[in-house]
Amino acid sequence: MSAAILTATASDLGRRIAARELTSVEVTRVFLGQIKRVDADVHAFLHVDAEGALAQAAAVDARLDAGEELGPLAGVPLALKDLFCQEGVPTTAGSQILAGWRPPYSATVTQRLLDAGIVILGKTNLDEFAMGSSTENSAFGATHNPWDLDRIPGGSGGGSSAALAAFEAPLAIGTDTGGSIRQPASVTGTVGVKPTYGGTSRYGVIAMASSLDQPGPCARTVLDAALLHAVIAGHDPMDSTSIDAPVPPVVDAARSGDVRGLRVGVVRELSGEGYAPGVEQRFGEAVALLAQAGAEIVEVSCPHFGYALGAYYLIMPSEVSSNLARYDAMRYGLRAGDDGTRSAEEVMNLTRGEGFGDEVKRRVIIGTYALSSGYYDAYYGSAQKVRRLIASDFDAAFEQVDVLVSPSTPTTAFRLGERTADPLAMYASDLCTIPSNMAGNASGSFPCGLAPEDGLPVGFQVMAPPLADDRVYRVGAALERALGGGVLTDRIAERWTAGAAPDGSAPDDTARDRAEEA
Amino acid sequence: MALTTADVARLAELARIALTPEELERLAPQLDVILDAVASVSEVATADTEPMSHALPLTNVFRDDVVTPSLPAAAVLAGAPSVEDGRFRVPRILGEGA
Repeated sequence: MSAAILTATASDLGRRIAARELTSVEVTRVFLGQIKRVDADVHAFLHVDAEGALAQAAAVDARLDAGEELGPLAGVPLALKDLFCQEGVPTTAGSQILAGWRPPYSATVTQRLLDAGIVILGKTNLDEFAMGSSTENSAFGATHNPWDLDRIPGGSGGGSSAALAAFEAPLAIGTDTGGSIRQPASVTGTVGVKPTYGGTSRYGVIAMASSLDQPGPCARTVLDAALLHAVIAGHDPMDSTSIDAPVPPVVDAARSGDVRGLRVGVVRELSGEGYAPGVEQRFGEAVALLAQAGAEIVEVSCPHFGYALGAYYLIMPSEVSSNLARYDAMRYGLRAGDDGTRSAEEVMNLTRGEGFGDEVKRRVIIGTYALSSGYYDAYYGSAQKVRRLIASDFDAAFEQVDVLVSPSTPTTAFRLGERTADPLAMYASDLCTIPSNMAGNASGSFPCGLAPEDGLPVGFQVMAPPLADDRVYRVGAALERALGGGVLTDRIAERWTAGAAPDGSAPDDTARDRAEEA
Repeated sequence: MALTTADVARLAELARIALTPEELERLAPQLDVILDAVASVSEVATADTEPMSHALPLTNVFRDDVVTPSLPAAAVLAGAPSVEDGRFRVPRILGEGA
């Protein structure tokens, strides 16, 4: 019973809760039990809000019992990236500087989830301030990939992707500045979509780089991601860059999956040197499946994508250096060294020195340099021009094709510790995902099998023009169907759900014991 | 070398981040490598390319000047590192002898 709930899709759980075959409290208890049972091994969560989740679930059950019609995901539990403010619930952004802080308000995305009756189980781990590709930059310890606990779950949203893959939640929320939704989805065999910039509200999301940050849905199936997308998307007057336009028909597209006649462009520049053979093989097979499903495949060149990583690591740190100036030790968060003799400036220096980790310091310093007079034109100015060239590449490509495709990230999950001493190797994880953040178009990652050499998940990226998010889901759904064999994460379901007690309580054995037996 | 240890120390000071000598030794060479890698942007950034600061064609957003409730002061002060008389208590902001 409880294993069946853990592996069910969110849409199925929502349907059964609405039909009163299951209660939200019952479902929520099962997932809280799973978190208790396996999260010591996975470390997907920074905070589990059992009390709050059960109260939300009970409220949804009461509304449904009273005959109220709620949305398709009402009563379904979700894991929320710890970058989203949730009133009264600890929100850290993975940083010591915010340890223990409880926001006095909720992000628009958080509020829309709660309004839709979605139950928030807790806050998931991330690289500090969402800066990283492995969660190893979290001040509170790394998350482990449920496919292989010695490997990274991706980042920055590795807590959300690992929670999905270890069946600790059927839904999760991430943010994507340079790939923080798509790369974790790729390496955990899950689905993650970065909506068109402005498609989802940034209000109450702790900012990294405001012109690039975008919240988005994470799930194990394409339809679940689309249903969640529809809940959180749409205009928000509290975000000045929110687009005032109808939400693209993502759910219809996910249900349809019809790609007949769709023109699919394979990006020539996102392949070759640096790409693992198994990644290229599974990607190529997936393209062939789309062709069989009726899509028209063409090769497309985006000549400036090779410069995207360099431009990103100038624009993003510049915005970081400005956004993170708010952590000044005065109004909230950590204050260090305030012994009554030191000035505000000295306290500020000490607090930021103590409260920020290495990667945050690197980015703030690079940004400070790139924006300083004398270097501004050479660095930040040039990077902004490259951003224009990348957007022009997309414009030209979308005149020829309806979507662009590539691997989501050049390799499968690398080992924990493998890239921590080499920032540039870590940055290369986002080679394929960054162009869509620069141009602001919609983009998603979908599972496309396991790499033969290591048996680890490979992600397939679909990029669509701004406000054509539905095309991302259409192609994702087509691929999900064509691949057959069910949902990719089901291949590790037995390992993560065997032994889940019928009532959702935690048995004595740990997931690691079972993994070693297997 | 584009960035020396002294440069990084100065930038950290501007960014209000106290770095220990060990941190400075560790971070400075990494920052130099990163900066070297990203310098490739100047290869293609020609004078006639218009810089792009944002993905959206932004226009100013206007709204009616309507009074809406603010957060209660107590809720905001609850997250402060130090509070006195319903206000944020901060360290002295002027130098010694000012």
